[in-house]
Amino acid sequence: VSTSLTVQDVERIARLANLELTAHEKQLFTRQLADILAYAEQVQAVDTTGVPATAHVNAHGVERPDAPKPSLRVSDAVANAPDGAPDAGLFRVPRVIG
Amino acid sequence: MTALTSAREIREAIVTGKASAVDVCRASLARIEQTNPALNAFNHVIAERALERAAAIDGQRASGAALGPLAGVPVALKDNLCVKGVRTTASSKILDTFIPPYDATVVEKLEAAGAVIVGKTNCDEFAMGSSNENSAYGPVRNPWATTRTPGGSSGGSAAAVAAQCVPLALGSDTGGSIRQPASFCGVVGLKPTYGRVSRYGLLAFASSLDQIGPFTTSVADAALALATLSGRDAMDSTSSEEPVADFAAALTGDIRGVRVGVPRAFVSDGVDDAVRRAFDAALIVLRDAGATLVDIELPYARYAIPVYYLICTAEASSNLARYDGVKYGHRSPAVKDESLTTMYSRTRDEGFGAEVKRRIMLGTYVLSAGYYDAFYLKALQVRTLLRRDYDQAFTKSDVIVMPTSPIPPFTLGEKTDDPLQMYLADIFTVSVNLTGLPGVSIPCGFTEPAPPRPGQGESSEKLPIGFQVIGRMFDESTMLRVADAYERATNWPRTAPV
Repeated sequence: VSTSLTVQDVERIARLANLELTAHEKQLFTRQLADILAYAEQVQAVDTTGVPATAHVNAHGVERPDAPKPSLRVSDAVANAPDGAPDAGLFRVPRVIG
Repeated sequence: MTALTSAREIREAIVTGKASAVDVCRASLARIEQTNPALNAFNHVIAERALERAAAIDGQRASGAALGPLAGVPVALKDNLCVKGVRTTASSKILDTFIPPYDATVVEKLEAAGAVIVGKTNCDEFAMGSSNENSAYGPVRNPWATTRTPGGSSGGSAAAVAAQCVPLALGSDTGGSIRQPASFCGVVGLKPTYGRVSRYGLLAFASSLDQIGPFTTSVADAALALATLSGRDAMDSTSSEEPVADFAAALTGDIRGVRVGVPRAFVSDGVDDAVRRAFDAALIVLRDAGATLVDIELPYARYAIPVYYLICTAEASSNLARYDGVKYGHRSPAVKDESLTTMYSRTRDEGFGAEVKRRIMLGTYVLSAGYYDAFYLKALQVRTLLRRDYDQAFTKSDVIVMPTSPIPPFTLGEKTDDPLQMYLADIFTVSVNLTGLPGVSIPCGFTEPAPPRPGQGESSEKLPIGFQVIGRMFDESTMLRVADAYERATNWPRTAPV
């Protein structure tokens, strides 16, 4: 895969990442990300036939009994919300449905 | 008054009644106040809370209660570690107002050991950077030369220890963010084995790479801090059941017969002359102390930078999805009747700085349809080859050494326009995170002051240089023994002349 990045590509990625970029940022990132990806392309030259992926270096059993225990109080969990309703235990967001 | 350079000496002075924890705490707070205008190492200081804790330690002593291994020791925390009720920002505008509702596990452990947390240190935003210039609160300045970077991302923690504000500070290391600033500031910086220290309460950047570790002025203090921080924690499923060794007992000073691997080919290119001289001299010190130098090869290490930046950005793009203006932090005030997604994306554009956006974009790209196999999966496979390189090298050697950074501390602003150039300087630190191995950076000398230039007077800048000792998985003991033996054989100053 060779990388030629356009402003339209950057706009597409920004939508996926939930980032509303300014026109200046779109231009800047198109150039900078293309540079970085062109450099990163060198990994594609490595022969990795039959080589497993390492997503995690220290895999060990992570299961535990599913036992209930105390957790954060709802009012504490909501306390940092920019538009919270601590008494109701809710986060408020812009209207989602019609 | 005990100098604020040794955790062990401070504890000893408090236990024996030569100093009170409150006096030590006041001295630390005064030093921070004195140096912070020049260094910007602290985002916030928690004087009242610290003095209360210190008074409690003095009360414990007065009542005859046993004192913990860090009793009365002032400690600074990188501002991506949660302390209940204390503002924690990760040096990001998007978390400018965040007050954690719980303590990080390392905070609980430090305080249970008697440590007194004095403040939160400046860092690159969400720990993304190598110069501390990506902080929303401005860069930290290097205590050895205030026109230069202290390194990053834990630049404030490194500077706080070098400037004698505290004898111990915690940072986090995802690609070198403890070891590189330790090297740049002339102090000791330790990245434990992946899984050694619980990350519960650390604001996540790249979860397969992040570790928490200490900055100190000595290897012995680093061993003491590591013993306090280590161990299995039910709150972090990646924390290990591996037994925690008596790290202090490993510091015997005897490294006769220890095989020290040197990756000659890997460190042959692109290393600054002063760094090379200091590293070569360090090898001679280790050999003279009885270690056996062994040539090793790490053929896949040349791919460490692209592999690291493909993986860490992919993980970051996922981890940072949680900052969306709903649960905590900033929400764009410009949003009224727009859609939920507009609120998310505008909030994130306003709240994140340029480097964080760049990394989220890169990570989103390499995980997206059509590019996943060619970039992300490929990087994970080369990561396996890199691990095999180190496994092979450790059949011939007990530790591996290399420079921490190929270059000495650079000038603020020098690399901010070219992110790729900034990334390339991480070449010697990132593979330790990709493999999960422990690494410690220790001072090994200084650059020579530059010759005087006409009209500019004499430059007195001597800049610290460090090298790192890398150990086998969960064998911090041998790694620290070698680092300590080197430290005993040398006497580099650890505190900056600010």
